Amino acid sequence: MTYLGWLFSSENWAGSAENPGIAQRLVEHLGYTALTLLIALVIALPLGAWIGHTGRGGLMVVGIANALRALPTLGLLVLLFLAVGLGLLGPLIALVILAVPPLLAGTYSGVANVDPSIVDAAKGMGMRGPEVLFKVELPNALPLIIGGVRSALLQVISTATIAAYVGLGGLGRFILDGLSQRDFPQMIGGSILVALLAIVADLLLGGLQRLLVSPGLQQRGAQAGPGRLRLIRGGAGTDRARAA
Amino acid sequence: MIEFRGVTKRFPDGTVAVHELDLVAEQGRITVFVGPSGCGKTTSVRMINRMIEPTSGELRVDGRDVLAGDPADLRRGIGYVIQQAGLFPHRTIVDNIATVPVLLGRGRREGRSRAMELMETVGLDPSMARRYPNQLSGGQQQRVGVARALAADPPVLLMDEPFSAVDPVVRENLQDELLRLQSELGKTIVFVTHDIDEAIKLGDKVAVFRVGGTLAQYDEPGVLLSRPVDEFVDTFVGRDRGYRGLGFLSSDTIPIGELPTVGLGDPVPEQGWHAVLDGERRPLGWIDGGHRPGGATVSEGDVVPGGSLYPVGSGSLRGALDAALSSPSGRGVAVDADGRVAGSISADDVLTALPDARRHDPAA
Ligand SMILES: Nc1ncnc2c1ncn2[C@@H]1O[C@H](COP(=O)(O)OP(=O)(O)OP(=O)(O)O)[C@@H](O)[C@H]1O
Ligand SMILES: [Mg+2]
Repeated sequence: MTYLGWLFSSENWAGSAENPGIAQRLVEHLGYTALTLLIALVIALPLGAWIGHTGRGGLMVVGIANALRALPTLGLLVLLFLAVGLGLLGPLIALVILAVPPLLAGTYSGVANVDPSIVDAAKGMGMRGPEVLFKVELPNALPLIIGGVRSALLQVISTATIAAYVGLGGLGRFILDGLSQRDFPQMIGGSILVALLAIVADLLLGGLQRLLVSPGLQQRGAQAGPGRLRLIRGGAGTDRARAA
Repeated sequence: MIEFRGVTKRFPDGTVAVHELDLVAEQGRITVFVGPSGCGKTTSVRMINRMIEPTSGELRVDGRDVLAGDPADLRRGIGYVIQQAGLFPHRTIVDNIATVPVLLGRGRREGRSRAMELMETVGLDPSMARRYPNQLSGGQQQRVGVARALAADPPVLLMDEPFSAVDPVVRENLQDELLRLQSELGKTIVFVTHDIDEAIKLGDKVAVFRVGGTLAQYDEPGVLLSRPVDEFVDTFVGRDRGYRGLGFLSSDTIPIGELPTVGLGDPVPEQGWHAVLDGERRPLGWIDGGHRPGGATVSEGDVVPGGSLYPVGSGSLRGALDAALSSPSGRGVAVDADGRVAGSISADDVLTALPDARRHDPAA
């Protein structure tokens, strides 16, 4: 009950000059997440599309992505802190490294797994490479690409709490401060906010997916459902492991 | 016109799929490639639009070497229909059909209005325009595939087993429609199938391939049936080829004989088979004359269904023979262009006319 009290206190939302409230932390958290995702998309989308389209270097990239996935984010953050010092750059790099693999895997496998007879028909009709990619492969890969975005988003939202470790803001502050001050309502309230944010963001992306993906592919989009659930569970698990 | 001159395709793994192919697919005609699985039909047809490049030899489409220009430009000028249609699942039917016109820069609006026209041409209800391929039956998808290949009005059409995935009834339907379309459009069509009956029905000329990618025989279908060059073609053309060959012989010389007829409501004839006619002199069936215990007039319940009808002036010997054989009386009913009874024919007449028809047949 007490952490619900913490969550619904308008004082906690507004905060004060020296002690920012939930509203500001939420905006900071969203800011880190958006920036991370933007950078990761700029890296992973063209790379994944190119590899999927040409079929070249696929194994290597999947290997590297999997290796990156295995890196412990907190350890990476400490390493980056030693390398680049305090500030946004360290956590940003760590988060981007976290977000790239699912985006890359989604884009690559989405493009590579488009039915070969459809790609063949596209070429047979006289589409050139870029036309095949943009008019046929990417639209057909969209369900898997958005699946990758959803899983990256979940991981980034839950892991962006690490920004607090290097003195930055975001919802991680409540978890970290709550822990050090033995203020459990604050700590649990902060965790709940992170989880809620992740759920809302995922629902929004789900809606976006229904808007963006061609109705002719919606059945395949629905098949991505179980995979997404698995990712949510995975995301929550890693979140707990990291917060502990 | 499509010319193969000594065209060979050897794949990197050493497989020779097509060996020294010499063949001309004539302008405005349907040329069918037929043969057992793996004999190089698909490879041959895909070399025409350069989806596969020949290893050696020369391949020209309307005089132009396929290897000369840009492959994408070549393909935009050649319609291509593949098995299972290969439609784009993310695009509506109308946008699928408009693909090539849009690629050619004609604009989406123009492409779509052209697509709507084509839907009608291939017999698709325009209300399907906004549907997606997964909402169509296999036969409908194939029609969309044909419409899509025709959209930019290419002079050449390549069709690789386009009807093999649909059931026999739909298939026959699609074949008939293709023949109707072709009589209007006059495209140069190369059609691949492994079904000899389909080949014989559709082809102006049929190329029979044997495994190893060599041409066994290239002839008009009637010649293929009457004079296969060797045992392989003979076996491949299959059973009943003598009978099926009658389908390519003109029946103009068959004499049309008398036909005893009777109308509905007339008294039942004393004896023998009579054709029952309606008021317009169209045949309804047959009645076997003789004493009836109850009524003395012909009622609909007495009519025995007739066999196939023989159209005077447009039929083949095969049609004539079938009309005679399928009739309960042993005499086939001959009808004129309006479907009115013109007389009768017998199986003996057909056989008597056979030597004469053979002599007059340019193919034989
Ligand atoms: N890319 C390839 N690499 C190696 N061999 C190939 C390749 N494509 C086809 N072949 C071989 O070439 C031969 C001819 O193949 P093709 O697809 O032209 O046969 P087809 O007559 O169309 O057969 P089907 O009726 O089964 O479609 C086959 O032996 C096939 O295994
Ligand atoms: Mg084939």
